[in-house]
Amino acid sequence: MCLGIPGQIVAITDAARQMAMAEVSGVRREVNVACVLGADPAELVGQWALIHVGFAMALIDEDEAAKTLQALHDLGEAQETLAQMAEGDAALQGRATEGRA
Amino acid sequence: MKFASEFRDPALARALLAEIGKLADQIGATREKPIHIMEICGGHTHSIFRYGLDKLIHPGVEFIHGPGCPVCVLPRARVDECIEIAGRPGVIFTTFGDAMRVPGSKMSLLQAKAAGADIRMVYSPLDALELARRNPGHQVVFFGLGFETTTPSTALAIQQAAREGLGNFSVFCNHITVPEPIKALLDDPHMCLDGFIGPGHVSMVIGVHPYDFIAQDYGKPIVVAGFEPTDLLQSVLMVLAQIAEGRAAVENQYARVVPEHGNAVSLAAIADVYEKRPSFEWRGLGEIDASGLRIRPAYAAFDAEEKFGVGYAGVRTELADPEGCACGAVMTGRMKPVDCPQFGRGCTPEMPLGALMVSSEGACAAYWQYGGARAVEAAE
Ligand code: SF4
Repeated sequence: MCLGIPGQIVAITDAARQMAMAEVSGVRREVNVACVLGADPAELVGQWALIHVGFAMALIDEDEAAKTLQALHDLGEAQETLAQMAEGDAALQGRATEGRA
Repeated sequence: MKFASEFRDPALARALLAEIGKLADQIGATREKPIHIMEICGGHTHSIFRYGLDKLIHPGVEFIHGPGCPVCVLPRARVDECIEIAGRPGVIFTTFGDAMRVPGSKMSLLQAKAAGADIRMVYSPLDALELARRNPGHQVVFFGLGFETTTPSTALAIQQAAREGLGNFSVFCNHITVPEPIKALLDDPHMCLDGFIGPGHVSMVIGVHPYDFIAQDYGKPIVVAGFEPTDLLQSVLMVLAQIAEGRAAVENQYARVVPEHGNAVSLAAIADVYEKRPSFEWRGLGEIDASGLRIRPAYAAFDAEEKFGVGYAGVRTELADPEGCACGAVMTGRMKPVDCPQFGRGCTPEMPLGALMVSSEGACAAYWQYGGARAVEAAE
């Protein structure tokens, strides 16, 4: 939760909501890019960011991204973050339709 | 040498350790009279144990593990309040997975989920927002937890909910801040700290100036650090250099990620959505002035405290820590985890009694995971 994970921004998905698709260790996940947004959102595509709980918080270079990811793997934190992303996806599918029925 | 294969840059690590040794000798630091350096961030604690830095470093340098693991400082009463909210009809309670096993006074969120409450682990407050969009008939509550690193995420989520008019989304805000507990520790008459390793990712948000008081008012060095082992060693070296030169300053070892003034968008979102509480309770440390945040009245519609009448908005419940638990002493550096009578006996990562055993960033869990378990077996 406290350590971010590097991801590469691959596409802007919703400019109005400041959302983009990021690839984190081979997993795609929509993230908020408000904190790293410049004048032109399209400039973010291809860049690496440190992502904290679904929010890109800082832009980093590719080399720093690779080193950080390796360190997070050593600590077991990268694996944990990916598991939490899967958990989040599952929560969205969970038993949640009683209210609508 | 074992650590050669573990470090990405063993030559650099060895050189830094040698430099640290030289400076420690020069200062006159010994095992009996060590220099005490507190790493504030739980991520740093984890890294120190993972790489055995506490063993590799000169015996005159002792790491004191600070209160920088948000689940570890979460009082039991807050967990009880989460469970109370989760038990209300029509509520979907969402939380970071880290908080699931923190013991409340009767049970943890995990146990409450097993007992039937609709509690879901999410990766991000964005997941909670999406749940609220998909379930208009439910109240979706997100457990807002963590230091300045995660605070922007809930602030931005609340702003987004306000823009969309998502009336069924709220945040149970338990965000805390880093500078205030450091001040509380420095004001403690038993304090024996000589310098600090500052948190990297918190500082990425707030910048380095919120730590100015540590150097200016208390005359202690602080170096903001990355979490890789060589970052930490480099930062210890920078702290020792300040001590050797009789200086106290805020220095930034992690400038590749931490801008001097932090992240402007994050800071603006935090300031828009949150305000300081007069004081906030920390497990093991008690009430600390201005150390917690609450949602501003302008966003009251998204404040779970207001919506459900719990927490600091409702009747305050103060709960003592469980008997025999030494979390407070461990967190202030007065006791080592292995010296807690419960360590490895009444308290293990599988069955945590105290919160420091819950997360891999908690000092007790780190001791356990990286050798503490062996220490107990050997002693028995
Ligand atoms: S061993 Fe358990 S009870 Fe003792 S200080 Fe650590 S977390 Fe607290």
